[in-house]
Amino acid sequence: MAATAPRVRIQAEDFDLGAEVAALRAGDLGVGAVASFVGTVRDRHGAQAGEVSALELEHYPGMTERAIEAMIDAAFGRFDIRAARVVHRIGPLAPGDQIVLVVVSSAHRGDAFQACEFLMDYLKTQAPFWKKETTPEGARWVDARVADDEALARWGITAGNAGSADTARR
Amino acid sequence: MKVQVRYFASLREALGPGEAVDLPEGATVATLRDALLARGGRHAEALARGRAVRCAVNQVMGDETAALSDGAEGAFFPPVTGG
Repeated sequence: MAATAPRVRIQAEDFDLGAEVAALRAGDLGVGAVASFVGTVRDRHGAQAGEVSALELEHYPGMTERAIEAMIDAAFGRFDIRAARVVHRIGPLAPGDQIVLVVVSSAHRGDAFQACEFLMDYLKTQAPFWKKETTPEGARWVDARVADDEALARWGITAGNAGSADTARR
Repeated sequence: MKVQVRYFASLREALGPGEAVDLPEGATVATLRDALLARGGRHAEALARGRAVRCAVNQVMGDETAALSDGAEGAFFPPVTGG
């Protein structure tokens, strides 16, 4: 069952962590560890609680799925994992909503933990999603964070996503 | 040859969802960007060199040296912010 389910889903609907974990490890008794990450929408960008009242998620249909599939392939190449699934929501979201899910299964915990973090670090800088926040001053596109590029660099991968540099030009 | 250009996020707001562009054979993303910049106005502003613009060819992240072929899909967008 887990082998035939899509590894990547982009959807407006919410997801259920328990159901996703159950589906991922169904029928595979070689699984000894499942690691998951759930990202949620915050009500603030900096320190001020409540400044963000809504979030809109745009993506590049087709490329998004391809990019995340390639990341999962890379995770299988680096870690001894048995299955992986990524769910990312799009459209309007509110503070407190779930936004992204990564679930990875493996025989032992180390590979599941690492692959889960690797996939999130990769996704933050290489998957074509864009967030737009609604604040009291109006709507604004969220800036990419250099810290996210640095997180991917720990895995030996250069992101070149954040910052003002024009990396379309090399 | 003809390529289809797509824009996302702030670039989509400035330039619309996309457009078809005629380019000479052997064109790269740099050729495409030059052609769009030459239109002036909003294109020149949104795609100005030195701005944080990222690109993809046929739905794979790349840089301006990436080659384009007839029917290719090029895309310009700001740094990504998912997750």
